[in-house]
Amino acid sequence: MRNSLWRTGAAFTLAAVTLAACAGQSSTNDTAASSGGSDTIKVGILHSLSGTMAISEVTVRDAELLAIEEINAAGGVLGKKLEPVVEDGASDWPTFAEKATKLIAQDKVATVFGGWTSASRKAMLPVFEKRKALLWYPVQYEGLESSPYIFYTGATTNQQIVPGLDYLKEKGKKKLFLVGSDYVFPRTANKIIKAYAAANGMEVLGEEYTPLGHTEYSTLVNKIVEAKPDAVFNTLNGDSNVAFFKQLKSAGISADQMPVMSVSVAEEEVRGIGVDNVAGHLVAWNYYQTTDTPANEKFVAAFKAKYGADKVTSDPMEAGYNAVYLWAEAVKKAGTSEVEAVKKAAGGVSLDRPEGEVTIDGDNQHVYKTARIGVVQPDGQIKEVWNSGEPIKPDPYLKTYSWAGGLV
Amino acid sequence: MTAPERSVRRWQGPAVFTAVAVLALVAAPLLLEPFRLGLLAKYLCYAIVALGIGLAWGQGGMLTLGQGVFFGLGGYAMGMYLKLNDAAGDLPDFMVWSGVEKLPALWTPFGNPVFALAMVVVLPAAVALLLGALVFRQRVRGAYFAILTQALAAALVILLVGQQGLTGGTNGLTNFFDFFGRDVAADETQRGLYLLVAVVLGALYLGARQLVRSRFGRLLLAVRDGEDRVRFLGYNPATVKTLTFAVSAGMAGIAGALFVPVVGIISPALLGVVPSLELVVAVAVGGRFALAGAVLGAVVMGYARTYFSEELPDAWLYLQGALFVLVMALAPKGIAGLAANLVRRREARA
Repeated sequence: MRNSLWRTGAAFTLAAVTLAACAGQSSTNDTAASSGGSDTIKVGILHSLSGTMAISEVTVRDAELLAIEEINAAGGVLGKKLEPVVEDGASDWPTFAEKATKLIAQDKVATVFGGWTSASRKAMLPVFEKRKALLWYPVQYEGLESSPYIFYTGATTNQQIVPGLDYLKEKGKKKLFLVGSDYVFPRTANKIIKAYAAANGMEVLGEEYTPLGHTEYSTLVNKIVEAKPDAVFNTLNGDSNVAFFKQLKSAGISADQMPVMSVSVAEEEVRGIGVDNVAGHLVAWNYYQTTDTPANEKFVAAFKAKYGADKVTSDPMEAGYNAVYLWAEAVKKAGTSEVEAVKKAAGGVSLDRPEGEVTIDGDNQHVYKTARIGVVQPDGQIKEVWNSGEPIKPDPYLKTYSWAGGLV
Repeated sequence: MTAPERSVRRWQGPAVFTAVAVLALVAAPLLLEPFRLGLLAKYLCYAIVALGIGLAWGQGGMLTLGQGVFFGLGGYAMGMYLKLNDAAGDLPDFMVWSGVEKLPALWTPFGNPVFALAMVVVLPAAVALLLGALVFRQRVRGAYFAILTQALAAALVILLVGQQGLTGGTNGLTNFFDFFGRDVAADETQRGLYLLVAVVLGALYLGARQLVRSRFGRLLLAVRDGEDRVRFLGYNPATVKTLTFAVSAGMAGIAGALFVPVVGIISPALLGVVPSLELVVAVAVGGRFALAGAVLGAVVMGYARTYFSEELPDAWLYLQGALFVLVMALAPKGIAGLAANLVRRREARA
């Protein structure tokens, strides 16, 4: 009894010390924040540096840090250097919300670049809306969203999925099989694909979902073989692609007979899947490492110089890299990094980026982007076989597509 | 020991408890800025779950690796009510983009706050009672029980992710606005919520302490240390264990419900195997044999996670792991055990 009393006492004393440390911690950080001074502008970078998403998100962080470095080397923004504050979202959605709050409330950053999964964006959205702070989200996503405090520099559905379908239709692929990971992006994408198919005389033979991280695809591949579709539309994410493409290949299906159109497989993923398994298949993005623009030549060279010659660049990396430049341009135009002024100035901001010309649409804060369909090459690079010719106006709610009327 | 010494000891526990209560209820809200206070509220939510684990594992010997299930049930019950309240008669946002056209029947009763709040405790406790009644009567214990609870957590995550239209899928439930008539994001509301969490934790701690010191508590210890002997004495260990497990599940449910307005999200990522294990680790670090140790462990590990990840975003996981290894190597009974040892040594010298 008396030991347990002592133990309780000691434990609570430690609790008190912890609390005091908590208080001490926050006050030291306060001074750090104010000593940032007026010759720098703090910007937050919030991606998963640990957990399942780290492999993808770290590359975007690297691209964003490169952009910040380049802007600083060119004299900064409004005569001030950019000072990145990096946080780890840890592939955990509530952590994204916590770190976003920390960046806004404590570090008082001017803007945040971050997120990859839709779930992380959905978790951060209320934080940015309620605190009236800015988030730049760099990954293609499922659309149906237009937060006044988020800028979307990746593609929305009419800049990636719809062009992908147009391409398949043009090639006479009428029977589709849909494969996706079980979360909001694939499910919403497939809803759109089914509406498109119904309106364009195409047929959806099957729709299958597997949990994120799933690696057993022999049953699913058998279903595909039996259904005999003209093409597969693939919205699988991450590791699952490795197993899926391997088992598809061992079932004897070649890209000529039954091409797979993927929307989450870029240069980085091709390396992970193994180029032998995925060569010849189709992908839909807005940028490839091979995209032939002067800005891209510079970007690829700078990225390799900073991070190593064996590194590849990909669409989400480029979109993150662009986000920093677009924000900086909007700040220059506004003459201040204050959020509402930057939002107002951002509409119409147009830059020549590695993917070509990009322009911010002031109405929905998405970006005009050129759609590009590519074929995976035996060397792991992606060769463009079709593009939309000009940047497509973003339409996250697919309002301008008559067949999409029943979707929202 | 002389009489005055004994009376000093007698008042030591309550004195420390009062001191911590004053620190938590008065000093913390004054000293910490709103963002840090919100984080502390989050740690205290985890501390409530840890208290339940301390009861079930430390006192009852039931290693439960699936406490996230009960945390999640409580959290989703609260989240469903808040979502329906915000939607005000319309469909919750995620149902719209998941293609659900009519409010599912499962959701309808959660529009009622009394029902939802009751479910916060009733659902987890009922699941625990059912599970306990099934497995403890069959004398399933030790590693088998641990594996079972872990499987339950994994199964619930798959269920929640798969039913996107019903549960919000991987995204979970997020973007809440109104919490019983107040703006959930306002600093005032968050301070109020912090105080609520702290008071609930204090009350549950006192309740659990009473339980441990009661006849039932002694029986629970006896079951932990010699289940068969207790059975030969004419008691039914299955009943004792089932009830304790249900109490710890109810605590996790309450913690989940408080977590939702504090953090603003409930998602499958919060209740799977990994977060459930993290809480057990926290209890081990704090010291599982003392209820206060469990609470302390949750706060320390929660704080360490925040601190390490802010200071070293690239390497914090290693530090977090090292902290666990270090504590276990130096003090197998956790921080509370270490403290008790120090005190005992000093007494022996005196």
